[in-house]
Amino acid sequence: MKIGKQSWRFSNDVYLTSTGTTSGPLEAKGPLGTNFDKTYANLHCGEKNWEAAERKLMRDAIDICLKNVNKKPEDIDFFMAGDLLNQVVTSNIIASEHQIPHLGMFGACSTSMQTLALASQFVDSGFADSVVTAVSSHNATAERQFRYPTEYGGPKPKTATFTVTGAGASMVSREPSKIKITEATIGRVMDWGINDANDMGSAMAPAAADTIETHLADTGRQPEDYDMIATGDLSSVGSPILRELLWERGIDINGVHQDCGLMLFSPDQPVFAGGSGAACSAIVTYSYIANQLREGKLRRVLIVATGALHNPTIIYQKQSIPCIAHGVVLESTVGGE
Amino acid sequence: MESINDQKNYKKNIKAYHPKTNYFINCLKAFLVGGFICFLGQCIESFYLAVTNFNEKTVGNPTVATLILISSLLTGFGVYDKIGQFAGAGSLIPVTGFANSITSAALEHKSEGIVLGIATNLFKLAGAVIVFGVVSAAVFGIIRLTINNLLG
Repeated sequence: MKIGKQSWRFSNDVYLTSTGTTSGPLEAKGPLGTNFDKTYANLHCGEKNWEAAERKLMRDAIDICLKNVNKKPEDIDFFMAGDLLNQVVTSNIIASEHQIPHLGMFGACSTSMQTLALASQFVDSGFADSVVTAVSSHNATAERQFRYPTEYGGPKPKTATFTVTGAGASMVSREPSKIKITEATIGRVMDWGINDANDMGSAMAPAAADTIETHLADTGRQPEDYDMIATGDLSSVGSPILRELLWERGIDINGVHQDCGLMLFSPDQPVFAGGSGAACSAIVTYSYIANQLREGKLRRVLIVATGALHNPTIIYQKQSIPCIAHGVVLESTVGGE
Repeated sequence: MESINDQKNYKKNIKAYHPKTNYFINCLKAFLVGGFICFLGQCIESFYLAVTNFNEKTVGNPTVATLILISSLLTGFGVYDKIGQFAGAGSLIPVTGFANSITSAALEHKSEGIVLGIATNLFKLAGAVIVFGVVSAAVFGIIRLTINNLLG
């Protein structure tokens, strides 16, 4: 049911039944590397081109997610997926392979929580018994689509982010697991005038601030009620801006805020301001954060996946970047206070 | 202290949160790497002058061709973009940067086929350089011609 302005509280028990994550080489070497289900030592993942490599990452993540709970694609009602390529083509091709009824979605890097929120809503309302969600991104396919050829030697500024190579899949159903999905907040699109695609952290911070502020107001909670509030890919530039934006509005998230794009890499890795991309929040949430929830080390987390909803054409036309953030609350069912 | 929640001045106020760019160090890096590329070119030129029949007027072409070959190979091996990130303009401005822009585009679009992939996208980045090169050559040529004629 709807609570407050733009949030949902699921009336029935909705569980994150299973997850699957895959990553590329750089992510595997990062601090969370051991949490991923499958990693590739090479960006090509044994495929002929980058696009095929991205599909392999998503296909593997879904296979692992289903295998973990001994399910087959036939057992799943709906598939909700998105990626960064034009017309979410990676997801569409994967959907043609496994033949689960498909809803393609685009929310740029916020797609992970967009699909998870809607999947939970489908299961909660009884419109589905089980839904599989998936998102993927690949550094080289994103470079080609949004920037320059991969091997082009144009220097990037320090505010730029590095598109994560990987894919995350989740299965949402009423079958109990150690992680419950309890609430979701759908974001509003914020555009505060940033038109630099090499500074998406600054562009997305207002969207994340708005979603977190609204979520707390809708649920009547304080930041301390969460063990972690994780943003998707605000980077080392956007994260302090977000904390300051909320601080000025009387909300102090300093103690609980983390950014998936910063958790994924160590400071000495060559990723500029941090990781970004649709897979960024997904592979952190569905691996490390999910593991912590399963072990009961985290009790309640709010994942706020942030997305910059631009394409290269509007950037060249000097249009500013519309941004969005969607939040989903995950709770551990282990132990209990 | 300005409010960062001031939407109108957001773009201006967030500058304080951006990592500072050290223009001096960047210039120094560009100078050293760009200079080294030119030094390399000079070495190649002297080598051709010493061991081949090229003379001072004709040695430019094989020298440039050699530099282009070297930088294209470096692009193919995935090294040139790392030099580019370090050196900035130092590796973009010389002819090696031009070669890099063409080779990288060819590599990138190989999977889309030879005609619509490689051939169509080859000058995706270099095209702008060629356009402005040709246009400015024409403009300055006319200016020079006019001045020469006026001065008799």
